[in-house]
Amino acid sequence: MIKLRRKVYMTAGYNTISLGTGRSEFNPKKPRPGLEHYIKEAGQGTLKQIGGAKNVDEGAIGNFMASRFNKQGHLAGFIPYIDEELEYKPSIRTEGACASGALSLVAAMKSILAETADVVLTVGVEVQNTMKAIYGADVLAGAGWFQKRKNGHAFFFPGQFSDRAKAYYEKYGMEYARNGMKQWFINAVENARLCPTAQEYENKVEDLGALYDKMIPNGKAFVDSINVLDCSKVSDAASAIAIMSEEGLEKCGIPKEQAVEVVGFAQVERNITNDPPDKTELTAIKKAAAQALESAGITIDDLATAEVHDCFSIAGVLTTEALGFAEPGKGAQFVADGNTARSGKIPMNTTGGLIGWGHPTGGTGVHQAVTIWEQLTGKAGEAQIEISKDRPYGMTINMGGDDVTVVAIVYKKGDI
Amino acid sequence: MNYDERLQNVSVLGAAGKMGSGILLLTAVEMADLSLKPENKGKTFCLNAIDVSHEGLAGLMKYLKAQIQKMAEKKTVLLRKLYEDRSDLIENEDIINEYVFDVMNIVRPVTAIESAYDSHLVFEAIVENLDVKNKLFSQINKNNTHKPWFFTNTSSIPIHILDEGAKLDGRILGFHFYNPPAVQRLVELITTDKNSAEMVDFAKAYAKSLRKVIVPSNDKAGFIGNGHFMRDALHGISEVELLSSNMPFVEAVYMVNKVSQDFLVRPMGIFQLIDYVGVDVVKFIMQVMNPHLPDEDLHSDLLDKLLEMGVKGGQKSDGSQKDGFLKYERGKPVAIFNPDTNDYVDISSFAISCDEKLGALPQSWKPWKAVNFSRDKKEAMLETYFIELNGIDNMGAQLAKKYNKQSNKIGELLVSSNVAKTIDDVNTVMLTGFFHAYGPINNYLKS
Ligand SMILES: NC(=O)c1ccc[n+]([C@@H]2O[C@H](COP(=O)([O-])OP(=O)(O)OC[C@H]3O[C@@H](n4cnc5c(N)ncnc54)[C@H](O)[C@@H]3O)[C@@H](O)[C@H]2O)c1
Repeated sequence: MIKLRRKVYMTAGYNTISLGTGRSEFNPKKPRPGLEHYIKEAGQGTLKQIGGAKNVDEGAIGNFMASRFNKQGHLAGFIPYIDEELEYKPSIRTEGACASGALSLVAAMKSILAETADVVLTVGVEVQNTMKAIYGADVLAGAGWFQKRKNGHAFFFPGQFSDRAKAYYEKYGMEYARNGMKQWFINAVENARLCPTAQEYENKVEDLGALYDKMIPNGKAFVDSINVLDCSKVSDAASAIAIMSEEGLEKCGIPKEQAVEVVGFAQVERNITNDPPDKTELTAIKKAAAQALESAGITIDDLATAEVHDCFSIAGVLTTEALGFAEPGKGAQFVADGNTARSGKIPMNTTGGLIGWGHPTGGTGVHQAVTIWEQLTGKAGEAQIEISKDRPYGMTINMGGDDVTVVAIVYKKGDI
Repeated sequence: MNYDERLQNVSVLGAAGKMGSGILLLTAVEMADLSLKPENKGKTFCLNAIDVSHEGLAGLMKYLKAQIQKMAEKKTVLLRKLYEDRSDLIENEDIINEYVFDVMNIVRPVTAIESAYDSHLVFEAIVENLDVKNKLFSQINKNNTHKPWFFTNTSSIPIHILDEGAKLDGRILGFHFYNPPAVQRLVELITTDKNSAEMVDFAKAYAKSLRKVIVPSNDKAGFIGNGHFMRDALHGISEVELLSSNMPFVEAVYMVNKVSQDFLVRPMGIFQLIDYVGVDVVKFIMQVMNPHLPDEDLHSDLLDKLLEMGVKGGQKSDGSQKDGFLKYERGKPVAIFNPDTNDYVDISSFAISCDEKLGALPQSWKPWKAVNFSRDKKEAMLETYFIELNGIDNMGAQLAKKYNKQSNKIGELLVSSNVAKTIDDVNTVMLTGFFHAYGPINNYLKS
């Protein structure tokens, strides 16, 4: 368990829009902004709020597969591209599939804890609309063990989570499970409609539930047990946030109420060559979440909100169980009853999550932190939920691969 | 010889043309899929893409690659199964690329007709010219010892004439794709008494495998599709000739085009359709059909005149529309040809006054697209619309009613003159091949 030997804060979050199907700006046939654009926009968005690049000691950038999506490796080299004052400062790139973003947060926090830095600019980015989905599936399959690729589905990860959904259906009932998954999808879109940068911001479908019901999973067209509405989006986006010590906040002139404090975190790794021990359970998420809560000294009852990794709606449902909000098999009910909706017991993914806001794979971990920072500091605009004094904490769960790399972080508002 | 064996060596004549390229694509994919079946391992499949144009064949190969790739991307799940035993092909991209190669690897682009001498099946889609077709068929037939089957794409020449001309002993049938063959689902199958059952069965199986809708048509010049279209076009032209006795020609074309599109809820107006097919092609098809129709005269002086002036329509090689009766900008008509002055007159200069003359569309009118794709509501929408249209007496409605009645008559003629076997067949051709929202033989315009 991690005990923080020094206070760690996050502040000055920034999200670009999440570009892809759903956004009116998106036209797959027209040229679009590249990787550099997103890194720069997000990085500068954060720098503007912290008094400029001169205050930054280090940079960290999370990205999964620019090497294939954009034929670009060596992303740390783009940190100085954000601002020339970052030139010759230390920078690091992290990769842990879809948890790459949270790994960059971890790397930055470790620099703060190691006292080698007081201010770390942290960016997460992915630009994935450079290829058709059928080839994108190849790239994303890199989050699994390549030796299993040959026998996997053409859409490898949807295939994995379709299998998880199927196992859940078999154990607890399909209609029951899909009811919960449907509600997860509805919440995602409704929350995204409140967030101008979200990919589903402009979604105008009146009856989301009816739409979902109409799309019966069809293995001939896609995968066997989930439909495309159960899946997160293919997104181009970046997010950035500054990670600071108390000294860092002071240096940048940022009052504590404008920041969130990281009160605990955990990172776990499951052996990528093993299949999940039980398809109906997310064991790595379960462990990471428990450790992070213990490290923070709180329980789930203290959480006001959580950003969880709903790369698929079934992952959202399973996460409610892994976190302990619902007994095994009861997650679908928990979600169907509205407990994770913005007005529910524990609002999750209040700006839409991976299904509604978007899933720029290597950027998602940072986007989650930005959303929690916005919510806890009252900056979430129309998407703002009420944060009560007796439950002032937020949590992020960022997962790479099929429950392989997991980062869980617990936050609270900086001045309490 | 079973289905797979028949398709082991095939030739397409005119492979670089509009129709030939599509037929080649579909056949190449079908043959490649057969070659990948376990029982066909080790057999060589060969598809000769024969055309006189080297330039055309170069373009064909580019078209093929792009199309096969798109198809492969759509059926990757299936392809992963087909290549299950290929441990070197792991990612979708590996598999798609291999499939594209495997299909392309079947195709032999050549200009030498001799390549067809080894084929068991010959598709023909060269120019619509009896003599040229005859010459090619006899040459191949004389030199090919396999007694090959000939599937011709002719739009208008009766099959038995080709059969007799090239002495094929009944080894020819009409396998009439619509343009573009890769997209259009309709195939008119024109058989003769001399065709063997085996050949007809094969044709049906092949169409089924390509997921085409087959409509049988008797061996009468023009068959069903052009049998309707040519007469329909002549009606449009004669309406223009009537109208232009008291209004400018371009306005008459505009009105009839509008009536045949909007008032009749069709995908495009009759003059746009003539341009789409090509003024030259339409004239030509009429010319081929005419001698076989002693009671009618399928001919238009107006088409002759336009062609003399070089106005041809048809499509450019990139698929965009060439100017014909109408002039197009980004696919939309913007002007109309005036033969008296040999130039185009902007539609905007007379559209409003013409629309006023025609009168308003019925209130329940919706564009073809909205009607045609509204599935279970389509019938009711059409019914409401036509009841309203029948009650209106403005010029547009009058022209539309007359037009529809004529279309109806043509449909019935096709059945009574034994071109089509049934009313349904006529309607299916117009619904599937011409994307009409309703068949010509309907009850919407009871007078
Ligand atoms: N275009 C249509 O809408 C359509 C629809 C149905 C049927 N058809 C029929 O299909 C046939 C082809 O029409 P198209 O529109 O594709 O014509 P096209 O002009 O696009 O293609 C004809 C091709 O045949 C080639 N060719 C000409 N003479 C040849 C020869 N002696 N040997 C080998 N190749 C030769 C030409 O180079 C050209 O590539 C015609 O019989 C036509 O009536 C056309």
